[in-house]
Amino acid sequence: MIHNSKAFHLTMEIIMILLALACLLPFVLLFICSITAENDLILYGYSFVPRTFSAEAYEYLWGVRGSILQSYLMSVVITAIGTVANVTITTLFAYPLSRPDLPGRRALSFFLFFSMLFNGGFVPTYMVYTQILHIKDTLAAMIVPYLLMNAFYVIMMRAYISQNIPSEVSEAARIDGAGELQCLWRVVLPMSKPIIGTVALMSAIAYWNDWKNGIYFIITRQDLFGIQNYLNSVMSSATFLSSHMTIGTNIKVPSVGIRMAIAVIAVLPVLAGYPFFQRFFVKGITIGSVKG
Amino acid sequence: MTTKRGLGRYRKYLPLYLMLLPGIIYLIINNYMPMAGLFLAFKKVNYSLGLLQSPWCGLNNFVFLFKTKDAFIIFRNTILYNVAFIVLGTILSIFVAVALDNVRRKILRNGLQTFILIPFLLSTVIISYIVFAFLSPSTGFINKSILPLLGIDPISWYNKAQYWPVILTVVFLWMSFGYSSILYYSTLIGVDKTYYEAAVLDGCGIWGQIRHITLPALKPTIITLVLLSVGRICYSDFGLFYQIPQNSGLLFSTTNTIDTYVYRGLMELNDIGRSTAAGFLQSVLGFACVFLANLAVSKLDKDSALF
Repeated sequence: MIHNSKAFHLTMEIIMILLALACLLPFVLLFICSITAENDLILYGYSFVPRTFSAEAYEYLWGVRGSILQSYLMSVVITAIGTVANVTITTLFAYPLSRPDLPGRRALSFFLFFSMLFNGGFVPTYMVYTQILHIKDTLAAMIVPYLLMNAFYVIMMRAYISQNIPSEVSEAARIDGAGELQCLWRVVLPMSKPIIGTVALMSAIAYWNDWKNGIYFIITRQDLFGIQNYLNSVMSSATFLSSHMTIGTNIKVPSVGIRMAIAVIAVLPVLAGYPFFQRFFVKGITIGSVKG
Repeated sequence: MTTKRGLGRYRKYLPLYLMLLPGIIYLIINNYMPMAGLFLAFKKVNYSLGLLQSPWCGLNNFVFLFKTKDAFIIFRNTILYNVAFIVLGTILSIFVAVALDNVRRKILRNGLQTFILIPFLLSTVIISYIVFAFLSPSTGFINKSILPLLGIDPISWYNKAQYWPVILTVVFLWMSFGYSSILYYSTLIGVDKTYYEAAVLDGCGIWGQIRHITLPALKPTIITLVLLSVGRICYSDFGLFYQIPQNSGLLFSTTNTIDTYVYRGLMELNDIGRSTAAGFLQSVLGFACVFLANLAVSKLDKDSALF
């Protein structure tokens, strides 16, 4: 912090508050538009000033809630399974690598590290998953590709374990007759809670936000779509809104407001939870800057 | 005797190797098999024959790729966008990190940190909705509220390619500055306050303190983060270039990058040959970039090198 300059501090504080508002206001716009009457939206456009309040967009979405709830549920299922699997695989990989006595440790570390430097790209990856493993249109397609393990977090967890758990502690447990798995479960895991929590959070966010696996690998089974893919299909297919419009000729579809209302519904759980997990989120981001 | 002892040595570690197994299998499937799959760039892929049986075609895929003007466009776009992102993103993030470091109350600092990370928390699908709220031709905030104030006619943003380099750069900076600022800021937290006090005694003003204390403290982080981005200069954020312009064909001259081109070639146009060729070049050039960037850094500052 710059020493002894009140005017400078004040300027920086004002600039930072403006920047923070720039990050927040677009979401305010989203929300305000979702509760503005359809006629106002058509007349005045998406605007920060709600002229007439109206819940018609939400009422309409409640009327056709089936597919939204379905994709919401899928997102929850995918995130839950994916996160548990990710944390398990990451931990099981990081712990042996943290053991200085493991034969072949250098080769295994290189095997892991090299996967971050070089990759085959989208087409070969797509071919492996669809032509060899045949996971197209399965639940596995939403979970396995790209997201199941992040080499970066393995390296971070290995560094955490090496730095925070003295090898004497786990050695003592083994001398007392604990097997490797028991040693991991009883000694290493309880002492690695912060890093495991961070990896779990980052993984959960990655799964919740993911839409790429859906558009890459789900062609016909759209019931496997999570909420992000649902949003994507609403935005990209002009047919979606018009097909809903033909359901009942009496119901006027608030198509302009609906887009914003759906986006609000998708954002809500993340923003609602954010105050509670933001400390871990910041930790998850800065963890890499402490060189392991 | 020796072999037995050798085996016994490994048996002791068997449980540890078993623990590694799921991760190893995953890396083979998700990373190493696709690397091996790069040979597809030299094949004429025919699904009915299978990948291995498809006929070899030499460099035909590359020849086809470079016969189109797309090849130039996608490489130019990918690299120019990355250069703009690296330069502007680094300047903005360092500025924000310094600003954040100079907010006096801790509670305000934490609050601001929380807010500027919100865009980074959300998916590009959500961000594409927000951009749409601003840019929608008939109901967008810009066309309906901002341009009338300036006396400018509405612009159909999703049809006009010339605006997108600016739009995408702004969106990129908006969604990512929080993330990289926090990385720089976390370095600044560790700077001892007495350095600044000493600098003031030596007659340094605000700019002097930034130049002689803040920036040198940030140097290793700057080098590492710029190196990482330069290593990825052949890659683009697929979400940014696919979702934000809403896959609008009229914008391809300024929004098509290698990643979106490869995706569309494979999934939408069934043009596998050109797709694999472009992807192959991306992988190989990308690898070379990582290596060169790291080489440059180890010359500059040995401790900041990645490997």
